Order: sequence, then C-alpha cells, then structure tokens
Amino acid sequence: MIGYLTLILLCQLCGEVAVGLLGLPVPGPVLGMVFLFTFLLIRGHVPDDLSATADGLLRNMSLLFVPAGTGVIMHIKLLSDALVPLSLAVAISTSAAIVVTGLMMRLLSKGAPDE
Amino acid sequence: MNSLAETWVYLSASPLFHLTLTLAAFQAASFVFEKGGRNPLLNPVLGAVALVVAVLALTGTDYFTYFEGAQFVHFLLGPATVALAIPLYRQWHRVRESALAIIASMLSGSLAAVVTAVGVLWLTGSSSALLATIAPKSVTAPVAMAIAEELGGLPSLTAVLVIVSGIFGAMFGPMLLNLVGVKDWRARGLAIGTASHGIGTARALQVNETAGAFSGLAMGLNAMATALLLPILWGLFF
Repeated sequence: MIGYLTLILLCQLCGEVAVGLLGLPVPGPVLGMVFLFTFLLIRGHVPDDLSATADGLLRNMSLLFVPAGTGVIMHIKLLSDALVPLSLAVAISTSAAIVVTGLMMRLLSKGAPDE
Repeated sequence: MNSLAETWVYLSASPLFHLTLTLAAFQAASFVFEKGGRNPLLNPVLGAVALVVAVLALTGTDYFTYFEGAQFVHFLLGPATVALAIPLYRQWHRVRESALAIIASMLSGSLAAVVTAVGVLWLTGSSSALLATIAPKSVTAPVAMAIAEELGGLPSLTAVLVIVSGIFGAMFGPMLLNLVGVKDWRARGLAIGTASHGIGTARALQVNETAGAFSGLAMGLNAMATALLLPILWGLFF
C-alpha cells in the first residue's frame, strides 16, 4: 500500500519538477499521470495493491474539490456584479462543449459502441 | 459561556475543525444525493460547498483560515489526478483504436467552449478582462488560471468559473447527452472531461469506468491543447 502511494507521489513530484524546469503548459499532476501510465505500460499490468490505493483516491475524488469550490466566497462581490452574463456564459458554453464533443465522438469513433 | 468561547477560539485556530467540517459537509451532501435518488440537482460537491460557505459566513471565518484545515483534502487532488493513469491504462486498447476521433472531438468541443463563453460575454458588453477571464474556463484549474493571466484576465475569478463549469457539467451533462442520443460511454466520458475537467471526471468515474477513463484523458488533452492554442487564437482577435 505505502509502496504504491510512494510511487504515486513520486510520479507527481517528477511531474511538478519537470513542469517547473521546462516551463511546460500542463500541471505537474497531469504529467505525473503520464509517468504512472508509462510505468504501467512497462509493467504490463496493474498491480493489485496499486489498484487498491488508487481506487481509494478515485472513488472519493468529488470530495477533493470542496476546498477549492469554497473559494467562491472570496469573489461574491465580483460574481454578483456580473451574475447574469457569467451564469449564461458558463451554462451555454459548458453545454455546447458537452454536446459538440459527444456528437463528434459518436460520428467519428471506431470499434464496437460501449453502451 | 467563557469556556465555550475559549474552546471555539482553540478549535477555529486548529486545522482539525475545518478539516472535519469539509468531510462532514460532504457526507451530509452525499447522503442527501443518495436519498434523493441521485438527482443531478442535488450534486454533492455543490451541496457540500454551500454548507461550508454557510458555516463560514455564520462564524465570520475567512477563506484562508478555512483553507489551513481544508488543505489536507485539497492536497490529495494531485495524487488523485496521477491515479487517473490506472483507468486510462485499463482502457488503453480502446483509446488507441479511436485516437484520431478522440483528438478531433476534444478539439471541437474545446473550441466550442471558448467561442460560446467569450461570445456570450461579448454580446452582453463585458470588459475584455472578463472575456480573458472566462475563455479557459473548461480547463482544469491550475492551467486555466495560468492561461487567464497570460491573456490579461483575473486568475482567481477564473478558478471560480472553472469550478462552476465543472459542477454544471456534472449536473446537466448526462441529461444533455441523453437528449442528443449519445449513449456510448467513450463519447459520454470524453464530452464530460472536455467540458468539466476533474469535477466531471470524478462524477463519470462513479458511473462507469470507461467513461471515467475517457473523461480523465479528455481533461489532460484539453489542458494541453488550450494552453498551447488559446493564446495564439486570442492574438488573432484581441
């Protein structure tokens, strides 16, 4: 368990360091994901203990956004000043992105559909 | 009475109280979500944030004091993002067979997000700083904030819009996809991840592993594509 948690943290650390040194346009953890993915490709399968450690994190991932979401209280004034246009923009743009991506993928994707 | 006040002073200065508050609020919001038949309007992230904001407002606590406790939860976002490599690895054969379709769909969705968000604010006569603030709002927060800064927007407001977009997509995305008849889990995941980054991915993972893997992939690809392409696109118009 601890061994694989260390591996996950190590991937993140390498990601953060590489992003900092090379000025890459992705966050450290996303590059860390690429490193862990590369480890899995070399290893050829997902070790059970790694799977258990990662599942604990991923099953509860929604919780992890609560502190950042609470940051909304710092911007109540700015948000209430432009509430209508900002709400409209977020709602329309998020919906457009979802519908466009979904329809394009349905149109272009190969292989048996997974429904 | 005095000792109660002293206890409060002690508790509010220690990270334990706000850490417990974060977990308790999420538990309560998840309970309501389950009891309400997983109605998307009862989204647990939204419910938990509303509860925490209410407690902070009632106790007159500022965000930085709260974050001293909540940072322990926030920290785990990094390792959780790294862990997305596992669902991605399990779906890798399906990602490879549709690699071009994935990139083309993600880019179209990403472009649609930027054009419509900026378009709506432009039509309502918003300032160019606000346009730059909202442009990267479908991308995961750290990248979106860096892009907003580069374009001349307000990074901390961008972070709020990113979170709201995430919650909105997690709430209404599945409904919208049903409406337009997109049933394939690969397409559904890709759509949610492109529009709603990690918050959408967290929700997708709870529903279906394929959707979760494709959503995490879309989140990473969209972060990279928007960071590279949006500043160039922006230079053409503004």
